[in-house]
Amino acid sequence: MEARRPTWEVDAEIERLYRRNRRLAEEVKKVIWKYADRVRRVKGDGFKVKIMNFCGTHEWTTVHYGIRTLLPDNVELVAGPGCPVCVTPSFIVEHAIRLSLEGVRVYTFGDSFKLPAVRPVKGVRNLAEAKTAGGDVQVVYSFLDALKDVANTRRESVFLAIGFETTAPGYALPLAERLIPRELSILSALRLTPPAARYAIAEADRRGLTPIKGIVAPGHVSAITGAKPWDELSRELKIPTVVSGFEPIDLLISIAEILRMILRGEVGVKVEYRRVVSWEGNREALKAIYRVFEKTDAAWRGIGFIEESGLELRDSYREFDGFDRYGLEKPDRESWVMDNLKGCRCAEVVLGLVKPTDCKFFLKGCSPSKPLGPCMVSFEGTCSIWARFGGYLDLKNL
Amino acid sequence: MSKVTLAHGAGGREMAELLEALIFHRVDEPLKKVEGGLGIDHPDDGALIPIGEGRFLVVSTDSYTVSPLFFPGGDIGKLAVCGSINDILMMGGIPVAMLDTIVVEEGLPMQTLNSIVDSMVETLRNEGVALIGGDFKVMPKGSVDKIVVTTTCIGVSENPIMDVNLEPGDRIIVSGCLGEHGATIMALQHGLEAEASLKSDVKPLTRLFKPLIEKYSKVVKAAGDPTRGGLSMLLNGWAKSTGFLIIVDEAKIPISKPVRKYSEMLGVDPLHLASEGVAVIATEAGYADEVLDFVRGLGFEDAMIIGEVVKGERFKGLVVARSEVGGLRVLEPPTGELVPRIC
Repeated sequence: MEARRPTWEVDAEIERLYRRNRRLAEEVKKVIWKYADRVRRVKGDGFKVKIMNFCGTHEWTTVHYGIRTLLPDNVELVAGPGCPVCVTPSFIVEHAIRLSLEGVRVYTFGDSFKLPAVRPVKGVRNLAEAKTAGGDVQVVYSFLDALKDVANTRRESVFLAIGFETTAPGYALPLAERLIPRELSILSALRLTPPAARYAIAEADRRGLTPIKGIVAPGHVSAITGAKPWDELSRELKIPTVVSGFEPIDLLISIAEILRMILRGEVGVKVEYRRVVSWEGNREALKAIYRVFEKTDAAWRGIGFIEESGLELRDSYREFDGFDRYGLEKPDRESWVMDNLKGCRCAEVVLGLVKPTDCKFFLKGCSPSKPLGPCMVSFEGTCSIWARFGGYLDLKNL
Repeated sequence: MSKVTLAHGAGGREMAELLEALIFHRVDEPLKKVEGGLGIDHPDDGALIPIGEGRFLVVSTDSYTVSPLFFPGGDIGKLAVCGSINDILMMGGIPVAMLDTIVVEEGLPMQTLNSIVDSMVETLRNEGVALIGGDFKVMPKGSVDKIVVTTTCIGVSENPIMDVNLEPGDRIIVSGCLGEHGATIMALQHGLEAEASLKSDVKPLTRLFKPLIEKYSKVVKAAGDPTRGGLSMLLNGWAKSTGFLIIVDEAKIPISKPVRKYSEMLGVDPLHLASEGVAVIATEAGYADEVLDFVRGLGFEDAMIIGEVVKGERFKGLVVARSEVGGLRVLEPPTGELVPRIC
């Protein structure tokens, strides 16, 4: 049997090939420019290839490595819904704040610690403030940390479960195995990416914006879901799709491939991130997710309800549902009140309809050290990434 | 009510803004420096006081609160002495004497204090810098965390290096791998077991700067050590104070493997991480290769030319980074409480 190579060795090689490799990047860039030029000749000067990504990490790679400055003018890369914290509805945050102030311990990830509620609860606007005001809030690195903590403290507690398909198995596996102490329940704000992608693409059309012509599908999400759901989406919308890895050259290859597919008139999904993503995904993880959760129409912050876009606990696991346990209200489509902060354009940024620089608050009153909207609060938010890594200037012709 | 936050002392954008509003703004223009010298009118690594015959006294002061007190590669004592010595060197000065102020929390083991002072004295001895005065105070338990060390270093210079002299065309050289100190402290603070390979780079830069000043004082235009806020903070300071554009090539910036690994794991930009034994030097373009060879010849083999100063047409006062794949981004100064108590 072949000896397994140590992880660090593989990591180093990936880095050497896909990141610290200007020569290869230059080659791929040439291919992109060649295809883009052909697209221009075939489809005309006015035809813009607008490609959307659906993962905060892809946006990070795009900004951090200056990918946009490497693309020709007729290829545009926009960030779509890729940040689960950014889309967590305000009402869930409000419930969490209230519970913490009533003495129920609330576990949260660092990223959602400062996620603002639109309607302050007893003057408190986020969990960080709740903690200062005497609320019981604990920042943890993982669901497992919370499990361990509750096992020790035996305190009444809830976990603010925010995330996409990537984080869902982390909750589902211990729930499926019934490893959850009875004192702990979860407030599920889990959301699914393909329905949001469908919604964002349709919304661009509804508003008469340049339509999306290509999809860079999220690599981590697809490691769980597999490439299959993206294939279905791609064929349904007739938009070429590539599941991409997170190194800058992964992204460049994916863009080149989308352009090639456009030229050939191909639809369906291609997997660039083959070192991680399979067609079927992680079956064990998927099995656990759907044993514990079921799909539901779910609210997205500032956006509203998207069909079958959320995960809620099945009846057989209702005893762990924080909404049930504490009788917390969950709005439906009829009772839903839009939860935008006044003047903040985060929801439109999330959907890729506007850029962070289109918001009047961006770096003028809303910055990483004093964030207003969720997209500036979360590290995966487009506004935060643009602000921290300098993606807000068009440096193409420096 | 607005309150002082840790971010205000983290050496990033918030601190620069606070200092401007809190101090610089309040001091009358003529009192921002000694006549003919340099002070907070153009904040640099240290201040200059003219002492006649074209010579200057160079003065710099710094407080050290690093946590933990002891770390691979050094401790708060060595850090405090090296930090102020390096500030004098970065101004083109030769360090001569030092004063120190030590504030200790009641209950600190005497042995801890002894070790810290031992390493201060050892560093001073190696550098031939005299300790000519200071202060020592003890605060009641709980009113200060263990120990705070403040050092003030005094030096003399015949050809001071002032960052405001930077000009378009100048090349930027770094003398070694960046972020070693910051990554080490950050890993310790996060409770990650610091690998044997991760070690603070804290050291006096005398071995580099004495010969450099002697030979190249005419072509070295600016110098600084990228401590808090890292290379990014330092270059942004230069760009802002001169109004020029600085372009750096990330493929050329030396960063060791362990620092790369840790910063990726912890989600921070290594260019925001502090070094305590690295100099950033701007030289006239025509001398850049020669100075680089000279620096490398002094034992700083990892030194690299990483970028240049340009006039800037559309953009001014910014730092732009060319990434490993050739794309461009604005290299932002760090914001927020990146790593509190790094030095």
